Amino acid sequence: MASNDVLPQVSGFKKDEFFDHSTHDSQELHVLAVDDSVVDRKVVERLLKISSCKVTAVDSGRRALQFLGLDEEKSSVGFDGLKVNMIITDYCMPGMTGYELLKKIKESSTFREIPVVIMSSENVLARIDRCLEEGAEEYIVKPVKLSDVKRLKDYLTRVSCGCVEAEAGRFSDQKNKRKLPDLSSSSSSPSLSASPSPSSSSSSSSSLPTISSSSPLSISSSPESPSRRLRTDSSC
Amino acid sequence: MLGFGADRLRADMNRLLALLFHQGVLDEQFLQLQQLQDETSPNFVSEVVNIYFHESEKLLRNLRGLLSDRELSDYKKMGIHLNQFMGSSSSIGAKRVRNVCVAFRAASEQNNRVGCLRALEMLEHEYCYLKNRLHELFQMEQQRVMAAGVRYPMQN
Repeated sequence: MASNDVLPQVSGFKKDEFFDHSTHDSQELHVLAVDDSVVDRKVVERLLKISSCKVTAVDSGRRALQFLGLDEEKSSVGFDGLKVNMIITDYCMPGMTGYELLKKIKESSTFREIPVVIMSSENVLARIDRCLEEGAEEYIVKPVKLSDVKRLKDYLTRVSCGCVEAEAGRFSDQKNKRKLPDLSSSSSSPSLSASPSPSSSSSSSSSLPTISSSSPLSISSSPESPSRRLRTDSSC
Repeated sequence: MLGFGADRLRADMNRLLALLFHQGVLDEQFLQLQQLQDETSPNFVSEVVNIYFHESEKLLRNLRGLLSDRELSDYKKMGIHLNQFMGSSSSIGAKRVRNVCVAFRAASEQNNRVGCLRALEMLEHEYCYLKNRLHELFQMEQQRVMAAGVRYPMQN
C-alpha cells in the first residue's frame, strides 16, 4: 500500500476517516464504482479500499453521471473536485447498462480519458468485444478478485506517474486485452481486430471455442472461467 | 481451559468450512471474502453475507410470487431476478445456490413451468442449507473470539 509511505501510521483507524471530507490526497487513486447489486457494491468497495483506493460507490449509471456532473437533466453543480481516476461498472443494470454508461463517458470530452472497466457475470465473447471496442479498459468476469483490483491499480499507478500513456482509454501496451483465443490470424491489438465472433448469441454463458492460441493462458469452457484476465507484462 | 475452547472452536470452524467446500456449497470466492476481513473491517464477511441473505430472501419471495400465477408467469421477470441471485451468489462464493439458479434460468427461458417449480424448490432447499451452516459458522466465530479474549485478555 504505497500511501503508507507518506502517512504517519495510526493504528486502529481507517485511513479513509481522515480523508473522506477534507482535501483529497492527490496520491490516493479515486475510483467510481457502479453496481445495482448491494452485495457486489459492498465487495467491490472493500476490494478497492483494501487496495488503498478512495471509493465512491453508486447504484446506477444515472447516479454515476450525476456524480461526474454529466447528467443532462440535472444542471451540473460541479462535483466537489475529487478527480476520478477510474470507473468500474457492472454491465447488467436496470435503466442504463454499463455499456451505455461507457459510451456516455467516452463521448464526453472531459471524461473520455478516464479508464472504464466493465464487470459482468456473463462470459460472452460478443459482449466483451463490444465493450472493448467502445473503449473499455478491461472486461472482468465476476466475481471480482483482489488480484483483479491489484492489477488495475498497478496500471493506474503507472499511468498517473507517466510511465504508460493512457491512449484515449486503451491499454496501448497490452498484447492480449482478453484471455480469449485470438480468432484472427495476427496477434496484434486483438481488441480492434475484426475477429469473427462465433455464434455466441445465447444469453447465458457460452462455452468458448477451445482454439489453441499463442496465449499461454488456457481457456476452459466452464462458465466459471475468467476469460478476461489481462496480462500486464510491461514495467515502468 | 477457555483457551482450549478457543482452539477447539477454530478447529471446528475449519472442519465445517472444509465440509462446505467439499460439498461444493462454497467455493474459493468465500475465501476471498475472508481475505478482505481485517482489523479495519473485522466483521466484513458476516456483513456481506447478511446483506446477501436479506437480498436473497426478497428474490425468493419474488420468484415464488411470479410462479404462483398459474395462468401467466412472467418468465422474463423471473430471469431478471435469477440473474441478480446468480450474481450475488457468485460474489460470496455460494456455488451450489448459483448452480441451481442457472438451471432455474434455463427452465424459465423455455417457459417450463414445471421445471421452474422444481428448480424453485431446490433453490429454497439449497439456500436454507447454506444459511443454516453459515449462521453456525458465524456463531462459532463469535464464541471463539470471546473464548480467546477471556483466555488472553492482553492480546486484545
